[in-house]
Amino acid sequence: MQVLRNMIISAILLGLFAILGTGLVALTFKHTKDRIAENERITIINSLHALIAPAEHDNDMYEDVIMVTDETMLGTSDTVNVYRARLKGQAVAAIIGSAAPDGYAGRIKLLVAVRHNGTLAGVRVVNHRETPGLGDGVELERSDWILGFNGKSLSNPDAKAWKVKRDGGIFDQLTGATITPRVIVKAVHKTLQYYGKHRDRLFKQAATQQQREGL
Amino acid sequence: MNHYSRIIKDGMWTNNVAFVQVLGLCPLLAVSNTVINALGLGLATTLTLVATNTIVSSIRHIVRPEIRIPVFVLIIASVVTTIELAMNAWFHELYKILGIFIPLIVTNCSVIARAESFASKNGIAPSFADGLFMGLGFTSVLVMLGAIREGLGFGTLLQKAHLMFGDAARDIQITLISDYQGFILAILPPGAFIGLGLLIAGKNILDKKRAARRTATVPLTASEAAQ
Repeated sequence: MQVLRNMIISAILLGLFAILGTGLVALTFKHTKDRIAENERITIINSLHALIAPAEHDNDMYEDVIMVTDETMLGTSDTVNVYRARLKGQAVAAIIGSAAPDGYAGRIKLLVAVRHNGTLAGVRVVNHRETPGLGDGVELERSDWILGFNGKSLSNPDAKAWKVKRDGGIFDQLTGATITPRVIVKAVHKTLQYYGKHRDRLFKQAATQQQREGL
Repeated sequence: MNHYSRIIKDGMWTNNVAFVQVLGLCPLLAVSNTVINALGLGLATTLTLVATNTIVSSIRHIVRPEIRIPVFVLIIASVVTTIELAMNAWFHELYKILGIFIPLIVTNCSVIARAESFASKNGIAPSFADGLFMGLGFTSVLVMLGAIREGLGFGTLLQKAHLMFGDAARDIQITLISDYQGFILAILPPGAFIGLGLLIAGKNILDKKRAARRTATVPLTASEAAQ
């Protein structure tokens, strides 16, 4: 009898602590949820505004988004967010969250901003696992290599020159890292081709209301 | 009073989590590549240790021995999740960098080790102090390692300080060597192992020297007393 009593008391105690612990987490979650969502929204908007200045558009890019999938052209089998910038209803630019699937250490996530006429407003690396000190020169914080894409388009340079210099193209490589710049140049070129093919659809399609994750 | 100075000395030096117990190496080695990352994780771990030690100590008479480990684990997991959510809400940029290592504080064995070996046997105030100084001891090793790796690897100290202290701290970065090409080994994982190894070796040398000095002075004072 004594043994059973002890067991029951222990079980009740353990259950009580489980309720207390979960309660604490639930309470914190409730109080931080809105703030966290707002932080994530601000992070995304800041990344978008680094490519298309706030003055260049008057819509809410964060809300004006569609999701597309094209593994061969956008480098990922996941859905890719396409943010649209508009000024007085006119299409200004699209920011495409494509990826380079074949980086030195896995996928490199990008943000590629293309103006309506097909020239690049800019490119940023959002997420990568390249070697610190070598491949991470593609981050704007480490070097301005990524700015070399500004103003380029499918016709400037032509398809043969959309490569790093070592492969006979016009884009710089980074000292000690060949693969990283090479795959990013390839991914940006493919994204531009995708944009060229689907431009009208990208701007016409109605914005999604779906829940998003990340950029 | 003597009791507390012993707790401080234990946490910061003689029983230091990273130097002597060699616990929690996974986060220690992974996030010590810059001073700010190291400080961020160190403070989060300290906060966890203080909170879990205090809670464990305050319930030590209620919890029965046979369920104490699951209860400790529950407390640690809840506290860490709460800290993670709070960091995500108030230090979002830093949170994004420390990422997976915040929830991984749960797996830092030093947290449950202190709960089991100290907090479950001592009063609330000593347990609070133990958590604080064990955490600060861990933080100081993390920051030292971070300073060595950042200094050698990037030639700077305190880069990206604004992630932690806000925009006002953007300028406190110290550039040790301008136009530094970088020493990549220091930033990569091997740099963490080598750096920690050197730090532990340095501590052992200091300890040995001090012990030698003590044994050298003891006979002298004894003979002086005899005269």
